[in-house]
Formats: sequence, C-alpha cells, structure tokens
Amino acid sequence: MGLEPPDACAAGTETRSPAVKLLASPAVRVGISISIATGLYGISFGALAVTSGLDFWQAMALSLLLFSGGSQFAFIGVVAGGGSGIAAMSAATLLGMRNGIYGMQLNALLRPTGWRKYIGAQLTIDESTATSTGQSDPAEQRRGFWTAGVGVYVLWNLFTAVGALAGSGLGDPKQWGLDGAAVAAFLALLWPRLKGREPVAIAAVCAVATVVAVPFVPPGVPILGWFSHGRRDEGLEPDVEPYGSRHPGHQQDAAGKHQGAPRGEGTEPGAGS
Amino acid sequence: MSLWIWLLIACVLAYAWKIVGYFVPAKFLEDPRTSRVAGTMTIGLLASLTVVNAVVSGQGLAADARLGALAAAAIALALRAPFLVVVIAGAGTAALLRFLGWS
Repeated sequence: MGLEPPDACAAGTETRSPAVKLLASPAVRVGISISIATGLYGISFGALAVTSGLDFWQAMALSLLLFSGGSQFAFIGVVAGGGSGIAAMSAATLLGMRNGIYGMQLNALLRPTGWRKYIGAQLTIDESTATSTGQSDPAEQRRGFWTAGVGVYVLWNLFTAVGALAGSGLGDPKQWGLDGAAVAAFLALLWPRLKGREPVAIAAVCAVATVVAVPFVPPGVPILGWFSHGRRDEGLEPDVEPYGSRHPGHQQDAAGKHQGAPRGEGTEPGAGS
Repeated sequence: MSLWIWLLIACVLAYAWKIVGYFVPAKFLEDPRTSRVAGTMTIGLLASLTVVNAVVSGQGLAADARLGALAAAAIALALRAPFLVVVIAGAGTAALLRFLGWS
C-alpha cells in the first residue's frame, strides 16, 4: 500500500509534515499492518456468516455492534451447528469476557476521559490491546490503540460486507471448504494461547468433554457444557498478544527495540549520530 | 426473527463487558482470580468451538474433510503462518479433499 512511510525511525522525522511524522510512529505502523491483516479475514467472517444462515444485515450487525472476532465466529459457529439463538448468544458473551479485562488494562494504561471512554470501549479487542500494550511509551501506547482500533473497525466491517455479499452467491459453501475455514479460524484463535502445560491441558479437557457431550445434548450446548465443571483457579493470564508469534509481532518487537534503546538522552531514536 | 433478538442481546452484552472494564476499580484487576477465569474460559471455549466445527455433525460425530482442514491449519500454525493463510489452508484442504471424493 502507498501509505508506507520511508524507513521509520530514520533521521530527520521532525522536518516532515505531521501526517508523515505520524506514519513514522512504530505503534501506528504496527496498528496499520494489524488492521490490514485482521480486516482481510473479515471476508471469511462475512462469507461464513451468510452461509451459516444469517442474512446480510445480521452479519453486518455483528461486525458493527458486537465487534469482537472470536465472539462473532462463536455466534455463527453455534448457529451453523443448528444451535439456538440463546446458545449462540451465550457462547459469544462468554468469549467476550476477556474484553472486560482488556478494558481494565487499557483504562489504567491510557486513562481515557469523556467520550473517548465510550468509543474506546467499543474498539477494545485483542488487536488494539496487543498493539497498545506492546509499546512502552505512553504516547505510542495511545497511538497504537487508536490506530489499531479504528483501523480494524473500518476494514473489518468493510470486508465483512464484501464477504457477506460474495458468500451468498457461492452456492454450496462446503464445495469451497468454508466449513474447513471455520475450523482453521477457531484453531488459529486458540493457538497463540496454548503456551505452557496448563492451557494445553484445559484445551484438551474441554475438547474431549465437548466430544463426549455431543450425542446427549442439543446442538450448540456442548460448547457451553464444560463451563459448569472443573476448577477455575489455574494460574492463567488472558492472552493479550494474539500476534506475538506471527509476523506483525516481529515488527512490534523490532519497533520496541528501536524505541527503547536510545531513550536516555530524550532524542529521536536514531537521530544524528 | 428471534435470531435477531438474541443477536442484538449478544451485541449489548459484548459492549457491556467492554465498558465495564473501563469503570471497575483497578484493584479488581489485581485480583488474580479475575484474569484466571477469563483466561480459562477463553481457552476452553475456543477448544470446544474448534472441536465442534471439526467433528460434530448435527447430534453425532463425523470424520470428514473438516479433519483435513484441522490438520492443515495446525501445520500452517506450526509454521507460524499468519491468520489469513491458516484460514485459506483450512478451506483449501477441505475443498480439495471433497473434490477428491472424501465427503
């Protein structure tokens, strides 16, 4: 895309226009790349939503109003499996709980006031939280949150519309492997959280419990069933770096280093010398 | 029509979670139980959703092309492919297996 600035953190950023200066911010660059990567898979959400039985406006309502990828996929996943509306709503709501944790972290980090709190809340998702908390400078944290939040919101909704319009013209979704896309999407959402033995054990127990429960309960309910059993005092933190092991994460790491190293003198990183 | 109602309730509750985070005292965040519950719940639900979408068919289990999609996605993730590539690998594998005649 044409917005890429010349090499970030290069000398002389102060002499450029404000827009170019903003694009030289590491957090803004990470935010933009995460927005594009995430926005693009809005296509698969839109297409899966309409092939799961939702209409165009229902798909758009989820992206515009619910706006949390995992919860949205959960909702259509339950509907596609023949589950009831209440089961779909419950799965989406349980998955959305982590956004409350992110909200607490971001509130402590960014201290938004007035209307920013209410707009920021809607933009509080994995991607914006990860982009913001991956930075160490408060101004960069703020830029990262808003760039990724607004960027993902706009592109996610745009590509949901594209996917929903294309999906209804596809015919049999199975012919295109769209049910396989859903399987892959859930595994990809789960994967970065499987760090260490306990998360893997929890995932395995829930997977087995779900399979065992399938013949005995109505469609959609196995997803919720595990919730009523078991201990919940395992030493877990919510995963706030969903991109940590993927490519935007590397950029983020690199950006962090650029930013961290020559901080002491209060100069632009890399300026002069 | 009733799907619309549950869908809109889900949207309201999703925003409720988000906005609640901005108004609860920071002390609540320091209670380790809060983040443990959220972390455990997220992992458990995603594991359940993965399995349901891979092998559940109506009220029974089925081994079909979706298992191939699951394997392809796992390989792509192990190779650190980005999300979109993982999803395309899953879809492509399922489509290919069906084209080759495996349900």
